Amino acid sequence: MKLIIFAGPPTCGKTTVIRQVIRRIIKKNLKPAYLKIDVLFADEDEQLKREFGIPTKKIYSGELCPDHCNVVVLDEVVEWAEQQGAEYLFVETAGLCLRCSPYIENSLGIVVLEATSGMNLPRKIGPMLTLADISVITKIDLVSQAEREVFRYRILEAAKGITVVESNALYGIGIDPIVRDILKSNDIEQPMFLKGNPPVGTCTICVGKKEIGAKNHFGVLRTMENDLFYVGE
Amino acid sequence: MDIQKISVIGGIGKDGIPEKVTRFDLKMGDIVSIVGPTGCGKTTLINDIELFANKNTPSERKILINDEPIPDDFSFDPSKHPIALISQHTNFLSDLPVGEFLEIHAKIRGAENIEQMINETLNFANQLTGEAIIKETAMTELSGGQTRSLLIADAVIIGNSPIILLDEIENAGIHRTKALKLLKKYQKIFVFVTHDPRIALLSDFRIIMKNGAMQKMITTNEEEKWAALGLKKIDDVMLEFRKFIRAGEEITDNVFNEQISGLASSYQLYLKKRKLFLNKKTA
Repeated sequence: MKLIIFAGPPTCGKTTVIRQVIRRIIKKNLKPAYLKIDVLFADEDEQLKREFGIPTKKIYSGELCPDHCNVVVLDEVVEWAEQQGAEYLFVETAGLCLRCSPYIENSLGIVVLEATSGMNLPRKIGPMLTLADISVITKIDLVSQAEREVFRYRILEAAKGITVVESNALYGIGIDPIVRDILKSNDIEQPMFLKGNPPVGTCTICVGKKEIGAKNHFGVLRTMENDLFYVGE
Repeated sequence: MDIQKISVIGGIGKDGIPEKVTRFDLKMGDIVSIVGPTGCGKTTLINDIELFANKNTPSERKILINDEPIPDDFSFDPSKHPIALISQHTNFLSDLPVGEFLEIHAKIRGAENIEQMINETLNFANQLTGEAIIKETAMTELSGGQTRSLLIADAVIIGNSPIILLDEIENAGIHRTKALKLLKKYQKIFVFVTHDPRIALLSDFRIIMKNGAMQKMITTNEEEKWAALGLKKIDDVMLEFRKFIRAGEEITDNVFNEQISGLASSYQLYLKKRKLFLNKKTA
């Protein structure tokens, strides 16, 4: 089975891209499965199940960061998809803080970014972009030629060697090259490893501390002017 | 890539029936219009051109450059992409001042004389719009007409794209005929999706769309070129009325009659000129 992970900011068009990809995968008589990881609400799994009649699943990360959730559940999800007889497992994550990246070594990682988020976006996101194999730019019809060029240029500047695909996914434009790379991608290798390291530190906020200020927290910290330091055992 | 010619090879319409127009060629310097009722597939056709469709879009059309298809995995260097598409939805999102924005684009395009290029772009845009754009204005503060003018000027001069696709720009409040005149000076391919009879008649030829298919191709002949000239008179009168309305004046019987009788006499003049021309031609 092949594993393809889609990451990208909320509402950037991930599901629309995936829908177009799945349509083409089914046309080729191949069997996809779909997992959606989101924080609080998602119904994309039900939509895709209705539309294509394929096995789908959703997991709410709740108190966990969605990328963290992805790491801890993915082995079970892979097992589930294999039991369903899937040949391609598409995972869609919310990827909220943009400091982690959900991609798995030797599997295909695809980041979806919308052209409408401004020319500086490729400079603002880290590993979610730099560790991806393909960057899909959506909503290209809404921005000027000049901004599209700058956006594309800055993606290549941040992630050298990445494949950039410009797409207007609503109309299925620019999807074929993505499908081509998906078909060429590797089968899952066990054990699976994350492609990149998560940011250094244990997040006290993630575990429920709400007080503002470094003095109220432990683990890897910093103040406004100073570099990182560590407080704790 | 040195583009001499692009060709559109017909595919199928919405009903799956092969298109009547099986091929048309665009050479550098050509101005072409795509016409037809709303929803007939005009935008789909220019999207196919923009994507270098290779039987991989619903229309199954094929686009050739210099008689060759574009390889599937071909990806353009962003600084060399040969096509610029300006649609009804296209907008600037950046809030940078105009000058700074154009500078970023010119740098990415690898321009040498950046200052001169920016000035040329602004000069071009300002000929298309009523209100001049100044370098210090934020992009997001530009009016609809200014934005459209700058989009076109930027694509023509800084982008220097050999192929420019313009999707229904007539509603944007720019000088259409001036735009066409200016554009003709640059040896490029311009494709207009339009409902405007004057843009259609000032094009070298036009493609008529129906039900998702290219139905017919009409080359603008001498007769139609004269018709375009005649339509200009009507346009001019409409512009006069617009001026009155904008200035807060009432369109009284007097104003109306004056304009329409002016139109009638300029029509007589037009007929005379046309006769003279035709006589000369036959002689």
